[in-house]
Order: sequence, then structure tokens, then C-alpha cells
Amino acid sequence: MTAGWPLWRRQIATIVRLELRKSLFHRRALVLYLMALGPVLLVALLANLHPTLVRTSTVLDASGHFVRSQTVTQRAGPLQNPAIAPLVFADLYNVMILRSVVFFGCVWIFMNLFRAELVDRSLHFYFLAAVRREVLIAGKFLAGMVTALSLFSLSTGGALFFYYQARGYDAAMRDIWDGHGLAQVLTYFGMTWLGCLGYGALFLTLGLFFRNPIVPALVVYGWEWLNFLLPPVLKKISIIHYLTSLSRVPLPEGGAAIVAVPTPAYVAIPGLLLLSGALLYVAGRRIRNMEINYGSEA
Amino acid sequence: MSQPASPLSARPAAAPAAVPASDAQAVVFSDVSKFYGEVLGVNGVNLTIGAGITSLVGPNGSGKTTLMNLMTGLVRPSRGHLTVLGMTTDQPERLFRQVGYCAQFDSFPRGVTARGFVTGLLEVNGHRAPEAARLAGTALERVGMQAVADRRVASFSKGMRQRVRLAQAIAHQPRLLVLDEPLNGLDPMARAESIALFRALAAEGLCLIVSSHILHEADMMSDRVVLLNQGYVVAEGSVQGVRDAMDDRPMQILIRCDRPAALAAQIFAQELAVEARLVTLPHGEAGLLVRARDADRFYLRLNSIVAEGDIALYAVAPADDDLQAVYQYLIGNPGGTA
Repeated sequence: MTAGWPLWRRQIATIVRLELRKSLFHRRALVLYLMALGPVLLVALLANLHPTLVRTSTVLDASGHFVRSQTVTQRAGPLQNPAIAPLVFADLYNVMILRSVVFFGCVWIFMNLFRAELVDRSLHFYFLAAVRREVLIAGKFLAGMVTALSLFSLSTGGALFFYYQARGYDAAMRDIWDGHGLAQVLTYFGMTWLGCLGYGALFLTLGLFFRNPIVPALVVYGWEWLNFLLPPVLKKISIIHYLTSLSRVPLPEGGAAIVAVPTPAYVAIPGLLLLSGALLYVAGRRIRNMEINYGSEA
Repeated sequence: MSQPASPLSARPAAAPAAVPASDAQAVVFSDVSKFYGEVLGVNGVNLTIGAGITSLVGPNGSGKTTLMNLMTGLVRPSRGHLTVLGMTTDQPERLFRQVGYCAQFDSFPRGVTARGFVTGLLEVNGHRAPEAARLAGTALERVGMQAVADRRVASFSKGMRQRVRLAQAIAHQPRLLVLDEPLNGLDPMARAESIALFRALAAEGLCLIVSSHILHEADMMSDRVVLLNQGYVVAEGSVQGVRDAMDDRPMQILIRCDRPAALAAQIFAQELAVEARLVTLPHGEAGLLVRARDADRFYLRLNSIVAEGDIALYAVAPADDDLQAVYQYLIGNPGGTA
């Protein structure tokens, strides 16, 4: 049997395949699908079930005599107005996708990578295989990333589709190809992917340290949510700060927010990558010494 | 629930890839202790386990599972050191090429079939898909699960799930096999077949470490036993060896003869026993139960008595050199199970 990278690659591929069956193609994944669908449905509703203004005007001739009255209908939803639509969508993306779907989706996916098997009492099968535990971490993390990226990219893409659909095909094409639309679309996808990476690494690691990882997840959620109130130095001890710094459209933080200078992309992106790497290193150290104790054996 | 048609197979389905001639020191515990917080798992264990079948015997909570989990790295010693096949247990990537462990947890990953389960874990081990499929098929056949290998494990009876776990433990053809309560949930026929399989594996050179609640089964299949109580090893060795070492417990010997009372008189006259009791044997025959401190001397003198020709001797058998008796003396358990 070959050793080193070729073996590890094969083992990782197997672990990813086995894990995807559980995380993406099992009925428990229905929660994730529904979660991912939420923002798409919301944006679709805003795009299509907008209020319609009906204006009736009177047409007069040159002498001011009544000729006829005419009725004009106008789409008046927030996503139809090019002046505010990018801001509205940025807000929706921030609250619905980044802070809700990506955050809680990653909590669900990555904390369950180990916790679900501890609950099912089946983690020991992996621990009894001839595989480095760090390789196990890598395989499980990659499986989690494939799941998260697939679902939340669809979430982001679906929401963006309806965002542009609200303004009509021509306006959308103009914005994407002639304006800043394409860069912003790519930025949204990039934020989603980096969010999955950062939160994924964080929750995978927390899942290895806490028997009940919901509590630390809520603490992290509170910290990330209250980020807008934190002084600039503390803001930087969060994932959301680096993600929102990447947005080309300023993401509203509310009236009481303490404004901090966004971290440049050339710092934010490597920073998130490094943080994820460091967290995975900690997870690898942790799992190396991890014991199986389902709670009843002695 | 239908049981698979094919029985457990004691014959080797395929020769193991690497069968050592002998593993005299397969597992070595050196002053190993394990504490779960303030709860004692095992304490100060010094133990060497070699080739053949070794049974770990003890009541619930005596530390059998802890010892097995220590051997397989599922838990780490709080103190002391242990090696398995010359390796430390903190390198699963090396250890589990040569060790298989059938843990007692009756659980499986969700939605797996028997074949998918065994094959998947072989692939995690690093076997390529065709080789993994072949090895899985061989192992499942060996435990009599080939016919139902493509059914979901969730639909299996407890005994069938036990066999699937056993197949997973032997599929990669390990040198050392650790089996935690492998007979649990099996019907009597499957138990007998499993014991035959363990013997066959041991005959192929595998070193087997088995824990069992059923003393007479442990007695039947084991080359040696390790008796545990409250986290301590109280005795180890062959059952007879352990029994012989118990000087404070005179050996009980059951004798069937035509004149038990006369024989008892001669035994007392020669001070060969501390006690001799007339008993009625199962078929209504008279017998004599003797308790002798020095069994060897007793047997020697008994030969002389018989040679004198006054007493016709039909049978002589030790009455308490089985695991049940040893266990009862050392640990004290009224029932037949540990």
C-alpha cells in the first residue's frame, strides 16, 4: 500500500464520499435545503410581489380642455429602484444569507461532522481505521465545505438571480456587463465562500471541544451580531468584520454602529485563510489526542 | 427477522496476508492506569498478552472494556505505558493495519448496507476499491453474512449486526483481533459457530483478545484468561495455572468408586486431604468429594491406594479447576456469568 500523499488523497476522497452521503444526501439534510431556500424565496417575493403604483393622469389639449384620462402602472418595489436596489440587496444578503444562512448552516454542517457521530455512537469506526486523524479532519472538513459551498452558493446565486430579475433583463445585463454588477456578484459569491471557510473551520473546531456545541455557537453568534457596537479593535476579532469589509456596496450597520475602516481585501482574504488554517491545525491537534467516550462505558 | 442462510465459516476463506509465527508479546501493559475523572477504569495493570486466545473476564465495571479501549487507542492511559505489536497506540495509521477491534457499541453510520459499511472502512484504510470489495466479500462470507450483504444494517437483528461488526474487524486481515463481548446477541448456534471461527483465526496465527460474560464459553475458547475486578487484574494465565496457584483454596477432586467410605477412611489415615465428603452423583451413584491442599501428592497416593486393589476406582476429575470456580474464588459471583 502506498504511503504519504497518494494514500492520504485516496483516504480523504473516501471520507468525503462517505460524509457527503450523510450530510448532503440524507433526509436530515432537508433542514439545510430549506434554510438555503429561505433567502431565495424572500428575494423572489420582493422581486415579484412588489406593490404597484397606479397613477391616473389627465391629458389636456393645447387650450387646456380635457381630452382623456390615462392610467399608468408602475412597479414600485425596493428592488425595482436602481438607486436603492443595491443597498437593499446588500442588506438582505448581510442579514439573511451571511449572518443567518451561512452562519447557522455552517453551525449545522460542521458541528455535526463529529457531534452527530458521537450521538450515533459510530465515531469509533473512523478512529479504528488505519488513517491519520489529521487526514480524517481534512476529509470531514472538505466534505463539509462541499456541502456548504454547494448549498449556499445556490442560495447566493438564487437570490442574485431574483435581484436582477426584478429590474428586467436589459437593465440587469447593463448593470452586470457595463457597470459594477459583475464585480459585486463575484464579491457576494466570494463572501459566501469565505464565510463557509471561516465559520466552517471555527465550528468544526468548537465541535471537537464542546460536548454541547450549541452554547459556544450562540456565543459566537452574539459576538458576530453585536459586532457593529464594538470598538474598531474588537471588531477585528470576528469573522463577519472581514467578510463585510469585502463588500463593494457598504453594508448598513444601523444608527448606533461604531464605524470602523473596512479591512482591505488583500488583508481580509489572506487573514481569513490563515485563521481557517490555524483553526484546522488546532482541530488536528485536538483530535490526535481525542478519546472515545460515549458516556456509559468503563 | 430472517437470519442469513450461510453459517459462520471456520474455514479460512483466504489466507491472511501476513500471519506471524508467534506474537509472544502482542500487548504489553506496563503499570497502566486509567481514570475517568475521579472514576477508576483500571489501576496499575502489568500484563503481557501473547498468541492464542486470551479472555478478559470480570463483572460489569471491572475494566474489561477500558483495557480493550486502551489497547486500541480509543482511550489513553492516565499513567503508565503500553505497546501493541511493538507500537504505541497513538498512531492509528500504523496500528490498525495490524489490529482489528470489534467494539461493543451496537451502532452503525446511518443508512449503510453491510457491504457498504465494510467496504467503505476498508477504503478509509487506504485499500483501493476493487481490493476493498474483494476483502469485504471475503470477510462477510466468513461471518455468514454474504447473502444479506446488500441489505441495510438497520434492518438486521442484533446478532446479524454483531456479525457485520466482526466482519469489519477481520476484513483487513489483522494480526491482532480485539473483540469486546463478541457473543452478545447471538443465538446458541451462532455462538458455537463464532467460537469455532475464533479458534480457526487463532489457528491461523491471529492473536485474539476476547471479553465475555459467559464463563463457560470463555473457558471453552481461551488459551488463557485475565480475571479483572474493580479495575485490577486479579489473576492471569491458563485456567488451570491460575487454579493451581490458589494455595489457600484446596483443590476439589470428585471420585467415583465402589467404596467411597473406605476410600475416605484411607485418605484421612494418610492425611491426604483436609476434607472428604460422601456425595451422590447425578445418576444416583455414590461418590467422594475430596479437598486436597497438595493435589499432586494426592493423585500420587491415590494411585497407590488403587494399586492395592481393595477399591475399584471408576473416575477421578477435578471439580473446581474451571473458570467458573476460579472466578468464584477470586471475585465471588453466585451466578454463572460475569
